[in-house]
Amino acid sequence: MTMLTRDESFELLGGVLEKSEADHCTVRLSGSTGGNIRYARNSVSTAGVTTNMSLSVQSTFGQKTGSSSINEFDEDSLTRAVSRSEELARLAPENREFVEPLGPQRYQESNAYFESTASTTPERRTRAAADSISVVRENGLVAAGFIQDSGGFRATRNSAGLFNYRRSSNVSFSVTVRTEDGTGSGWASRDYNDVSLLNTSDASRIASEKASASANAVALDPGDFTVILEPAAAHDLIRNMMFNFDARRAEEGRSFLSKGGGETKLGEKLMDDKVTIYSDHTHPDVPAAPWAGDGRPRARTTWVENGVIRNLSYSRYWARHKGVEATPRPANIILDGSDTSLEDIIRDTQRGILVTRLWYIRTVDPRTLLYTGLTRDGTFLIENGSVKHAVKNFRFNESPVAFLNSVDVLGEPVRFNGNFIPPMRVRDFSFTSLSDAV
Amino acid sequence: MERRDFLRVGGLAAGSLVIPATGQAVPSGSLSPVPTGDKKRLADVALNTATSRGATYADVRIGRYLNQSISTREDRVTSTADTESYGVGIRVIVNDTWGFAATNDVTEDGIASATQQAVGIAVANSVISDEPIRLAPVESYGEVSWRTPIEQNAFDVPVADKAELLLAANAAAMDNGASFVSSFLSQVNEQKYFASTEGSYIDQDVHRLWPRFTVTAVDPSTGQFQTRNSLGEPVGMGYEYLDPRDEAKYPGITMRYGLHYDMIEDAALAAEQAREKLSAASVEAGRYDLVLDPTHLWLTIHESVGHPLELDRVLGYEANYAGTSFATLDKWRSGTFNYGSPIVNFIADKTQFGSLGYVGYDDEGVRTKRWYLVRNGILVNYQATRDQVHILGQNEPHGSSYAQSWSAVQFQRMPNVSLETTDNGVSVEDMISGVERGIYILGRGSYSIDQQRYNFQFGGQLFYEIRDGQIDRMLKDVAYQSNTQDFWNACSQICDASDYRLGGSFFDGKGQPPQVSAVSHGCATSRFDDIDVINTGSDS
Repeated sequence: MTMLTRDESFELLGGVLEKSEADHCTVRLSGSTGGNIRYARNSVSTAGVTTNMSLSVQSTFGQKTGSSSINEFDEDSLTRAVSRSEELARLAPENREFVEPLGPQRYQESNAYFESTASTTPERRTRAAADSISVVRENGLVAAGFIQDSGGFRATRNSAGLFNYRRSSNVSFSVTVRTEDGTGSGWASRDYNDVSLLNTSDASRIASEKASASANAVALDPGDFTVILEPAAAHDLIRNMMFNFDARRAEEGRSFLSKGGGETKLGEKLMDDKVTIYSDHTHPDVPAAPWAGDGRPRARTTWVENGVIRNLSYSRYWARHKGVEATPRPANIILDGSDTSLEDIIRDTQRGILVTRLWYIRTVDPRTLLYTGLTRDGTFLIENGSVKHAVKNFRFNESPVAFLNSVDVLGEPVRFNGNFIPPMRVRDFSFTSLSDAV
Repeated sequence: MERRDFLRVGGLAAGSLVIPATGQAVPSGSLSPVPTGDKKRLADVALNTATSRGATYADVRIGRYLNQSISTREDRVTSTADTESYGVGIRVIVNDTWGFAATNDVTEDGIASATQQAVGIAVANSVISDEPIRLAPVESYGEVSWRTPIEQNAFDVPVADKAELLLAANAAAMDNGASFVSSFLSQVNEQKYFASTEGSYIDQDVHRLWPRFTVTAVDPSTGQFQTRNSLGEPVGMGYEYLDPRDEAKYPGITMRYGLHYDMIEDAALAAEQAREKLSAASVEAGRYDLVLDPTHLWLTIHESVGHPLELDRVLGYEANYAGTSFATLDKWRSGTFNYGSPIVNFIADKTQFGSLGYVGYDDEGVRTKRWYLVRNGILVNYQATRDQVHILGQNEPHGSSYAQSWSAVQFQRMPNVSLETTDNGVSVEDMISGVERGIYILGRGSYSIDQQRYNFQFGGQLFYEIRDGQIDRMLKDVAYQSNTQDFWNACSQICDASDYRLGGSFFDGKGQPPQVSAVSHGCATSRFDDIDVINTGSDS
């Protein structure tokens, strides 16, 4: 019942639309089965499976909109969901920014559904966890990890004739390996749409090596360093930056892309020539949905080209207000790199800090996209082309706009968290204090 | 004032009118509860299925959850949405291993099938389970119920009235110099039924509310902007929280609030202060004595005391996500680990009125209570669930288990953790008058702490420089960096109970898959000596 076909979805959504008395009605349906296993101290801790299907209704009278969602599918419940959204709409004040729902659209398809993932069994999850634990145990270390898989579908139909339907699956794995005495910690993660690509042993081996190598870290004085950011570390700051490409906020004067007087930095060069960032939902390694949440078709969009800001995203209202094309928000983040491996970047580095990942990142100043956070699970001093020793974790205060303007090398991109990001070496990355945390 | 009074009376009076005489829910109103008898029958299906398939323990949670959110900006409502979810989660122990399954198919067949899945998962995982589960004994409560003590169910207040309050707050901000303002109201009702093979059937009706806004002031001439967020807090209360009452007002450098919030007044003040921030002096980095208001200090308590004293973190169960803890068992066992100065006492409490963590029973059927974590500055206890409290040599679970939904497995979550006040008779004014070079910080700002909870950096909403015992001027670009043990040992003064207020978070994240939990922290304004302050501005 949680995996409806295209035809079943079309029919169910149509039945709900028939109940609508609103001027405009959009109905969304999603269902999934998700399983997970969690382990710590080299033993399984919790594991579970959840199946759910839910439906949301958005109703509009004039410019007054209300929404409701429900996960019960008897006729009374469906009727209640529609009437609840209509009542909310009738009671809501007018929203002069309301834009009518889109009619039928054409989409560029992308495939993110694999039956192998959707049909994962508890036994398979147990085996994957056991593979990870056994590698870690062999090395006399302690593992805490998590594997999560899901398979499901989403469909939307509205009173203007729009209909879309898509199945997708996903699996993610991460493991933290610590030394018995807690003086060393390493980490690795993987995510795919197809679970058959997942090898928990390999990733656990990398995390184990980092854990062993990071024991007995040496304290370096904080300051500005040349830093090699592994993809996970770079990803977290760049993703935060990409949340700030909204045109309206920039034009309203409250974004790092604002210039004052309603002007923006669109067309300005803010980053190094080597930096080109785009989104493409059809990318085979990081497929994403062909439509944005409101049904707008997605297309490949370049946000930064050779360091120049090329596009900002628009809501349909703001685009209409400004008379421009309504570019939806990024479907995914793809940062072009090279075929240089992480190992080659290290080999080519005279002195620098290698950062595995970052933790607890928070905005400090939205005007400059200054973020703070800490390094974690494997921070090393590089000297003369090789890893010299582990260093204690640092707190950083740094902006991705700044470090993408001082990038020396971009390496070979890898998938991380559904995005495609290379390792990179940047100059003058600002560490402001030391942390005792391991 | 007149407009506010009208809204207050209008909102509450009109709200009471929509409660239908039949007790049936109106479409946009509150949830219609599932009859207790039906839930008991369904729960017994899970418990019986589990035990007949070899489970040595089982619990079942049947939950119906309703969330409502209203979002606005300036003079318009941008969205109103109700989210309702109903389902059942079953947790079992088979072969000394946990298994869990959840489904939205709340029928006898659906529940039996999910229970079998949970048993199957436990059996599969027992192959790699090295740590047999030991549950601390818990009382069998029989059939009991509990409800958040509320005066006015927020779901019974017409959405138009709630939207009008937000728009009135926005108007107050715009009238007082805001360039932009967005405001929100989030309401939660958890109707959850817990049953276990221990013989408890617990019906609870939990309510929470969170009004908030962000005001932005832009200076077009310089391209600079500043924001000020609301100083109201999320609470475990009904709509009466939004009924301003004089006894809940704490006048000072800006108005602060107890368990009744004047959102319109705060929005007007926020706009003036956001504008003032545009031309405020940028802080000179260095060491200062800090005077921290409860609207700010609650989050420092949350991050540097609440999280490190979660026993599952200490043991390594959260190592792959939230992290571990510096507050290791050897420090606790020593009985001498000075977490803070001798005036520092932290109490864990799931029974406090108005707090987000207030419930009668936790999500594994344990009656809630309060207990010390730090006493006279010394680490004395942690927060633990039924299957972990034996590690502390204790036989009584703490009642701090929680799951965000029927669809998620319950685990150890932070209770309210609060700093006890002193009876020294010190007021905020007294405290400030004793500071030669300091900064007075109000409101929650940027916050970040490492995965073992040593090193942290916190910002705020409002900063005032203190010179020679007087507030001198507003500052901006302030953040302080410290280390948990150093910081709490630098606590030199805590105001008395007359300044005690609660702050809190609707969305404390932990676990994999991540779950949110709502938690409050109480304290009075407190002083911390000689703390490192950095300048976060770009133009200094």
